Amino acid sequence: MAGLLGIEDLSRDEIRSILDRARDFQQTPSQPVRKYELLRGKMIVNLFFESSTRTRTSFEIAAKRLGADAVSITASGSSVSKGESLVDTLNTLGAMRPNGIVMRHAASGAPHFLARHLAIPIINAGDGTHEHPTQALLDARTILDHRESLEGLRVAIIGDIAHSRVARSNMYLLSKFGAQVVLCGPPTLLPAEFAQLARGVTLTWDMHEAIEGADVIMMLRVQLERQNETPFPASEYFSFYGLRLEHISLAKPDVLVMHPGPINRGRELSSEVADSQRSVILNQVENGVAVRMAVLERMLN
Amino acid sequence: MASLIIRNGRVMDPASGHDSTADVLILDGRIAAVGPNIEAPGSIEVQDATGQVVAPGFLDIHVHLREPGFEHAETIETGGKAAAAGGFTTVCCMPNTSPVNDNATVTSYIIERARQYSPVNVFPIGAITKGSAGEELASIGAMRRAGAVAISDDGRPVMNSQVMRRAMELARGWDIPVIDHCEDLNLSAGGDMHEGVTSVRRGLRGIPSASEDVMVARDLLLAEVTGARVHIAHLSTVNAAAMVAYAKANGLRVSAEVTPHHFVLADKDAAPYDSNYKMRPPLRARRDIRSVIDALVSGAIEVIATDHAPHAGSEKMQEFERCPFGITGLETAIALSLETLVHSGRISLMKMIGLFTTGPARVMGLPRGTLAVGAPGDVTLFDPDLHWTYDVNRTCSKSKNSPFHGRSFRGSQTATIVGGRVVWQFPAE
Repeated sequence: MAGLLGIEDLSRDEIRSILDRARDFQQTPSQPVRKYELLRGKMIVNLFFESSTRTRTSFEIAAKRLGADAVSITASGSSVSKGESLVDTLNTLGAMRPNGIVMRHAASGAPHFLARHLAIPIINAGDGTHEHPTQALLDARTILDHRESLEGLRVAIIGDIAHSRVARSNMYLLSKFGAQVVLCGPPTLLPAEFAQLARGVTLTWDMHEAIEGADVIMMLRVQLERQNETPFPASEYFSFYGLRLEHISLAKPDVLVMHPGPINRGRELSSEVADSQRSVILNQVENGVAVRMAVLERMLN
Repeated sequence: MASLIIRNGRVMDPASGHDSTADVLILDGRIAAVGPNIEAPGSIEVQDATGQVVAPGFLDIHVHLREPGFEHAETIETGGKAAAAGGFTTVCCMPNTSPVNDNATVTSYIIERARQYSPVNVFPIGAITKGSAGEELASIGAMRRAGAVAISDDGRPVMNSQVMRRAMELARGWDIPVIDHCEDLNLSAGGDMHEGVTSVRRGLRGIPSASEDVMVARDLLLAEVTGARVHIAHLSTVNAAAMVAYAKANGLRVSAEVTPHHFVLADKDAAPYDSNYKMRPPLRARRDIRSVIDALVSGAIEVIATDHAPHAGSEKMQEFERCPFGITGLETAIALSLETLVHSGRISLMKMIGLFTTGPARVMGLPRGTLAVGAPGDVTLFDPDLHWTYDVNRTCSKSKNSPFHGRSFRGSQTATIVGGRVVWQFPAE
């Protein structure tokens, strides 16, 4: 594997081996943080064209715990003058000779562009509305910390499906392992084509239907105000698609509530749900580092 | 004005139905005789066409030559050379230059530059509105007088239906066609590829078929109101093809063109995030391809045009969503048409020649596209079975944005003759 551009093209075996390895890197609260020498002498460039404190930090910590040198470059995509950004970046990076690049970009396919022109592993840390593979891996790791297997689980993914790279990556991963994925959002944010992207995927506009019997509820971040049109009235979003305590009783009693963060309390989910026993949002953050260590180790060795 | 005799080719002229082995004599730039064993002056230049088809010079009524204003991507000279290398003897160039061709000065400039530098005939298409901004009508009459053969706001379609109606009324008075790039810019806003499973999979905004269909419907209705000649550019959808056929059946003066890439490639075929597959209208679904080919077979679409849209390499070296729309097409049009339409058995060779000659000549009202005695001495020679591979690094165009680089073909243009002068020959290895 020469990099990680998306979940769609990964095999079950590749995913399973990353998830297994990530377990080795999980920290136990009682013990001091363990450091490794696995990537000593390797240089990783974190190239973030879109602000993302948590994902960038998570990759930085992962690289450092593996003994690699990590450099972070943050560029606001909009401030880079049109037509120059990616090619210039490409040339600069080629000269720096890193061993791997972690890239976050607001344009779908930007890491693929880099991968076409550079002969080093590119790890996609989220590209536009396309994929966010390490998020799906850490979500799977989190579910598997609480469940034996993904097979047969009913997972509801709720929110702005159309523009969500998290939804796409999770859908591909869960589908590969035999989970039932229910995608839920308003009709304007839930293109019918999603049902054709992976096996075992169904769509609904009704949040109650989505949550009924769910093993996992994944809420997506919603930013209606950032869209250049109004796909759904922001004023009534929470009342139709916001997760509240009353919904939890529709799901399995041991349901896991997840969110890729940062959460908008009162927008996608209520404070009560975010802080409830069913929420594993903080486990997701912890697993982010472990999963990214497994990915970096695999891609750079 | 040059003289030439083309010997021993298979002469095919859709205008007359002529199809036999014959010679074509061009004297002083005009067709002088077509027939077997023509006697010619001893000093005349001879072009041997044995084993080749000798057809009227091909017309491409939809190209972007980028001059004036975008000479880094193409010039009238390089675009003209690419046309010659593609087997075309005449091109019509769209007005989206800088400045926009919305007045007689720019029209005259293009014609003069073409006279000096282009190996092929160039006929400018004027803008519909000033600056192609869609609001105030351009100097249509003056451009017509200066030599513009049609009007279009290609790429920046007129959204205001009342403006379009007025433009059609004036165009009718000047007896020139209105060519429309049909796209509702609100429906297509932000789109980078055809809206469908593939766009959703790749996380790219879609350009729905409906954005084209809505405007085709509007234009056909306005054609009925105004009686104008309306030509639908690069038609790409099932519904647009059906609506054009319907309008024709109802006697409207409507025509349509399709590009080779729209009948060869579907959205699924596009390499992910490769801007050499990015154009408007976008590559559509398989069912759309079937539909436009059916329309070529039935005659509902009577023109193949390339929408040759060169872009400099640097413009294509960026994030997919930032890359400009458009691909080059002049040099691969004949090969793609032979492969997809003729060798597959969908249409006859004669019919294909008509799509590049009589069809476009009729749409643009140009007395060309025929080998009739007295017609301009423009001839396209091609070998329907010649095997070759397209190498974009050897293109005559200034730009290399073609998705067909490296593709092997059966069938190629072999020589291009303009006014009795050989302006391009298939390179001898």
